[in-house]
Amino acid sequence: MPETILVLAEQQQSKLNRVSLETVAAAQAIAKETGWQVEIAVLGHDIAAIEEELAAKKAAKVYAIESPQLAAYTSDAYVHVLKEFLAGRQPKLVLMPHTYQVRDFAPRLALALGKTVIPDAVGYKYENGKLLFTRQMFQGKFAADVSFSDAGPLWMATFQNAAFRGDAAEVGTAPVETLQVTVPDGVIRVQPHEIFREARQAVDLSQSEAIVAVGRGIKEQKNLAMAEELAKLLGGDIAASRPICDAGWLPLDRQVGSSGQTIAPKLYIALGISGAIQHIVGMKGSRTIIAINKDAEAPIFEIADIGVVANLFDIVPPLMEEMKKVKAGAY
Amino acid sequence: MKILVCIKQVPQKDAPLKLNEAGTWIREDVPYEVNEPDAYALEEALQQKEKHGGEVVVITVGPPRSQQVLREALAKGADRAIHLADDSFVTLDAVSTARAIAVAIEGQSFDMIFTGLQSDDYGFAQTGVLLAELLGWPHATIIIGIEKTESGLRLKRELEAGQYQWMDMPLPCVLTIQSGINKLRYATLMGIKQARNKPLQQLTRTHLEGKLGTNLQTIERLYVPTKQKTTEMLQGSPTEIAKKLVDILRNELRVI
Repeated sequence: MPETILVLAEQQQSKLNRVSLETVAAAQAIAKETGWQVEIAVLGHDIAAIEEELAAKKAAKVYAIESPQLAAYTSDAYVHVLKEFLAGRQPKLVLMPHTYQVRDFAPRLALALGKTVIPDAVGYKYENGKLLFTRQMFQGKFAADVSFSDAGPLWMATFQNAAFRGDAAEVGTAPVETLQVTVPDGVIRVQPHEIFREARQAVDLSQSEAIVAVGRGIKEQKNLAMAEELAKLLGGDIAASRPICDAGWLPLDRQVGSSGQTIAPKLYIALGISGAIQHIVGMKGSRTIIAINKDAEAPIFEIADIGVVANLFDIVPPLMEEMKKVKAGAY
Repeated sequence: MKILVCIKQVPQKDAPLKLNEAGTWIREDVPYEVNEPDAYALEEALQQKEKHGGEVVVITVGPPRSQQVLREALAKGADRAIHLADDSFVTLDAVSTARAIAVAIEGQSFDMIFTGLQSDDYGFAQTGVLLAELLGWPHATIIIGIEKTESGLRLKRELEAGQYQWMDMPLPCVLTIQSGINKLRYATLMGIKQARNKPLQQLTRTHLEGKLGTNLQTIERLYVPTKQKTTEMLQGSPTEIAKKLVDILRNELRVI
């Protein structure tokens, strides 16, 4: 029997989180190099449609772990059920998407098994029989190749959103094994309530063709007026990285990133944004990215098409002057 | 409410970082500051204490220089501090860090432990969750609202893509706090003065002898990430750059 890579697919409210398919694609890619096989597991209640969708991927098996107590996510139930499941099957490697839900239970699950999770990997390397996971450190300023200190089994790692392409997951026909489990009374200590959204989002940035986004480099709230004027000249909208919204300078619906909106406009101008991972996952699909930042080492330049290393306050005013001239037909 | 807040000292956000010669870590001669989500965790603890009474204790695991973040926390209003101090603690993984904290607080009965949701250096986002497992307590992550109820806490969790969830949680528990949950305060002159007389307990590596275990994951190498795209870097005076940008916006991208 070859070693197994087990993918933990994620569902919420009986809907498959599409990022799970990226993890399946990652597992298939690693399996090709290592000769290991891929299995997929999903937890929940009333998840037949999800099982069917996963069974249409190329995998040796799909496990559907079902219980009414898994209908709403709790870390307590997930850790309890998965600990037993993984201890029984001992896969070499467990792969998960780096979602908020996984972040909530995976470290605890690993420790309960005496293991560790390498979190938020953006890729992997298989070098001379050694599996390394590449992850960003220091807010994306550096990358690290990380290995497990032991020989396995039960290595665990999570992959960042968009590290792999979900539509690249190979199709096939996998047998489904359904496991009915129960969670003993007292295991679940928390009471989760309905998932909700705040009052309807006022701005849908995903419809915008041009975005001017500001980060810490904007320095003061009053300087937002300048960025707003630039956005207006471009017929676009203003957006921001998380710290700007945390400070209350712009409402939360203007935030781009993992906890805010995901956008892919034709043009994205990043003003004073360093480019932390959490921001980049929300905007890296933009067709053209122009970054202005005084720090030449800022990670935003890794993904920018056009870069300007300068103080944004030196560049934006003359830029707007030139734009106005062009618009007025001066050239 | 007796609250422990785990805080960490990390390189300042705009500090230029360089690799060490071995390519295993950064050069340490950079300016440092408190990890931003940890500052929000501390503020939340201070506000909970103001509402419900109790004690706020701050703890950090790090080299001697990291005492600075404890001093700042005491100046902002924390009651006492614990410093697990050793140069080698810089390389602890999340499990070892959680173990160190668990050992340091043995016998102290906290109602709540707060951490920031992740650190700006390693970015593990694990220490709080692991600490909960070591203590056998329930936990919740990425919290942006905390209300005390008769039986425990009512928490507001941030989910992805603008979604939220309320949940009820018994005490004691561990919570990882999201940035923006509150408005940060500044230390007052009076606070800075009072901080000098507040207890700061120093624990060394010998205190943890045999209780840390080994790191379960190893950083093989650290490097500047390979570029995913070719970036055209524009040079010149601000006016020249502005003209080049306008040319690109107009003739290549056709957005103006």
